[in-house]
Amino acid sequence: MSTTIATRDKAPRRRGDVIFAGIARGAGIAILVALAGVALFLTLEGFPALGASGAALDGAANFLDYVWPLVFGTLLAAILALLIATPLAIGVALVIAFYTPRRISGVVGYMIDLLAAVPSVVYGLWGIAFLGPQLKPLYQWLEEYLGFLPFFAGPASSTGRTILTASIVLAIMVLPIITAISREIFTQTPQLHMEAAMALGATRWEMIKLSVFPYARSGMVSATMLGLGRALGETMAVAMVLSASGVVTFNLISSTNPSTIAANIALNFPEATGLKVNALIASGLVLFVITFAVNFAARAIVARTERERS
Amino acid sequence: MAKSIDISDLDIYYGDFLAVEGVSMSVRARSVTAFIGPSGCGKSTLLRSLNRMHEVTPGARVDGKVVIDGQELYDPMIDPVEVRRQIGMVFQRPNPFPTMSIYENVLAGSRLNSRKLKKSEADDIVERSLKHANLWSEVKDRLGKPGMGLSGGQQQRLCIARAIAVEPQVLLMDEPCSALDPISTSAIEDLIHELKTDYTIVIVTHNMQQAARVSEDTAFFNLAGAGKPGRLIEFNPTKKIFSNPDEPATEAYISGRFG
Amino acid sequence: MATITPTPPTPTRSSMHLKTPSLPRWAPLLVIAIAVAASAMLGLLLGWGPVGIAVVAVVLYLVGVPLWSRLVEDGRRAKDRMMTGLVWTAFVLALIPLVTLIWKVVAEGLPQINAEFLTYSMRNVIGDQQGGIYHAIMGTLLVTAWAAIISIPVGIFCGIYLVEYGKTSRLARWITFLVDVMTGIPSIVAGLFAYALFVLFFGEGVRMGFGGSVALSLLMIPIVVRSTEEMLKLVPDELREASYALGVPKWRTVSKVVLPTAMSGIITGVTLAVARIIGETAPLLIIAGKTDGLNMNMFSEPVTTLPVFIYFSYTQPGLPPEAGQARAWGAALVLIVIVMALNLGARAIGKFFAPKKGR
Repeated sequence: MSTTIATRDKAPRRRGDVIFAGIARGAGIAILVALAGVALFLTLEGFPALGASGAALDGAANFLDYVWPLVFGTLLAAILALLIATPLAIGVALVIAFYTPRRISGVVGYMIDLLAAVPSVVYGLWGIAFLGPQLKPLYQWLEEYLGFLPFFAGPASSTGRTILTASIVLAIMVLPIITAISREIFTQTPQLHMEAAMALGATRWEMIKLSVFPYARSGMVSATMLGLGRALGETMAVAMVLSASGVVTFNLISSTNPSTIAANIALNFPEATGLKVNALIASGLVLFVITFAVNFAARAIVARTERERS
Repeated sequence: MAKSIDISDLDIYYGDFLAVEGVSMSVRARSVTAFIGPSGCGKSTLLRSLNRMHEVTPGARVDGKVVIDGQELYDPMIDPVEVRRQIGMVFQRPNPFPTMSIYENVLAGSRLNSRKLKKSEADDIVERSLKHANLWSEVKDRLGKPGMGLSGGQQQRLCIARAIAVEPQVLLMDEPCSALDPISTSAIEDLIHELKTDYTIVIVTHNMQQAARVSEDTAFFNLAGAGKPGRLIEFNPTKKIFSNPDEPATEAYISGRFG
Repeated sequence: MATITPTPPTPTRSSMHLKTPSLPRWAPLLVIAIAVAASAMLGLLLGWGPVGIAVVAVVLYLVGVPLWSRLVEDGRRAKDRMMTGLVWTAFVLALIPLVTLIWKVVAEGLPQINAEFLTYSMRNVIGDQQGGIYHAIMGTLLVTAWAAIISIPVGIFCGIYLVEYGKTSRLARWITFLVDVMTGIPSIVAGLFAYALFVLFFGEGVRMGFGGSVALSLLMIPIVVRSTEEMLKLVPDELREASYALGVPKWRTVSKVVLPTAMSGIITGVTLAVARIIGETAPLLIIAGKTDGLNMNMFSEPVTTLPVFIYFSYTQPGLPPEAGQARAWGAALVLIVIVMALNLGARAIGKFFAPKKGR
């Protein structure tokens, strides 16, 4: 009995393999094309705004004058949000990783993930209707007792819809991101390091300080950067909560607040026509570049750490 | 239907690294040939090159000839997928498909290749293969249950049933018992004895008693040192290897003086 | 407090004393009780609100426990106790928004929910007439469905390419990098992209549901790619080898062995991705627009979605504002229920489709 093993006399590539690999590759290439499209079309549609002035730019002399206060507001809101969110998020991640029994920590982690699942427009509602009014007394207190600081110069907003309120809402929205990544890194801390610290008679906090934080430092930094990327681009919560007037100021509790790029687009796009649309798209491109830079830096930190560890 | 395998001057590389050098031997049809030797000597690599499985590792390539039934395996016209249909393989760790039942696992070779089978044909193949693998009586009442639910030894026999259900010419076994307990091991060894009437079997094993128990011929591989390629030291009938080997290195290894 | 301080143990062998003075297990609880009581008394006397009382109680606790520990134990353990208090405070602080948000949405939204609210649109609804969100629910479902139809195949096949075919090729490295970039695209920029793309074909001021789907897929694809990639990497190579050894070609191995094994994880990932984009507002505000009536045609005319409805209904409620804002809360409740159902569903699917291991 002789069976032939070879069934074909041409190059042994199967049609199914070629097609399937082709589709998979095509899907990958589609992503390249889509991203190139994002960059190309935004540039194309944003370009006319560079030559504009006057009404299309809300009265600014040129595009740079138009976008600068927005960039300022975007950075201010995002950085404030991070100042609030990072310590809380790391605290929460520590609780989940080291302070609760394993069974409970799963449930707790899920509750924090739920925070990430809430749509941003609902955060916006909550910010206007609940958080703002609740914070009003705090702002009045801050104005009264800390008014000598430029941040709290006031006069305190009567609605609570200030950039500080918007930042707090943003902080709540980025907190689950930072928590999730930090928690992951904390739980990856080598058991050996932790036991070594424990064996020296360290308390739990000393163990965390000696063996967990050094190991997790770069991960925590990149988690924060990713949170920053999210905070920079977040639109609706800010658009709804903030009562913006496009000024450049460090006063955090008054009723005249800087706006952010994203919120400015959301507020003005539905009614915009002509060059105004181009100006908004150009500002979107600026936002894209900023978030890209931040995310890129975050990934670079992660990649470097991974290389060092492997 | 079993075939013999002729290997001549085979070199196997992983990228630039030469893993196995200059192997020539011929494996007899309808018999069991055992590959023994210390870890890293290239015996598993050689086994995997016999059905072109080593190509799954990126950068792996081969110089030399492997001839089965007059056909050169590494001829550019040969389709590796067809090669593997004719030369089955059983792995070190049992690996039944987790999404499939016992019944579907046995038929996986045909089903995954979309061969249309009548229900009665399929039932026949399942029963025959499982009987051949000495598993039928243990699982005949729960063929629809997941294959992962079986014990380790049963899973390994299921994998053997799956391999012989496609009726290959040759069966390659890569340390099939190393993850099993002694009772399962002896069941598999009995099975190998029965299977050799129909199949050419090549088995890699770390266990010299097992080689002595199941094989007709034994090939001893060794390597000159870390980073050096593995070589075939001696290939002889098992009886001779274990009683009166030609090479002192073989005797040293078998009597436990090294490795 | 002095009465409950444990007496210092007397070391029986001076060379080794393992017993050191330490606070009893119930010490933190006692301090909590004292702090709350003290703060409440002060608060009632001085007329603080509940928030003020809580803040003072926390501060009292954070000072009290370390102080007590410092007196009985030592400085190191005092610090440990203070940090424990601090991280738990952070944790509780993080949960407050979640609790108040859900409470607020339910309290404000639940009274709005009735049959008419869910089955009528806002067409010709004036003032505080009933009105409904049927058009927004359908809009959301259709826009999201189209986004899923685009994203799921592209995302899954891209994941397959990265794990099974590309591996370390240059193209694969580029795609991995760009998927990372895509993950960080602000949602409003995705909306602008869809607008900039569609404006080329349909002229200025274009609004259509499908544009929203394109924008959402830009946000959804990277999530699907990531989760597919992760799940495919979890499939052991042994299964691929087992399949190859049976003479199964690679594409069948991938589609019939690897994919089914990873399927539960992929479905979970896809469901979470849908949950993530179904609440997106900004891109739809830009490109899908808003209308009061039902529009099931995704390829012309604006489509209202739930998030956009919530936004406009609350910020431009019309007269009287209470009616519009109440509808916004009702819609928010519906949206949250959908998102939470998807999240829970993702978990259930993951469990249900996981490869069976039992006997």
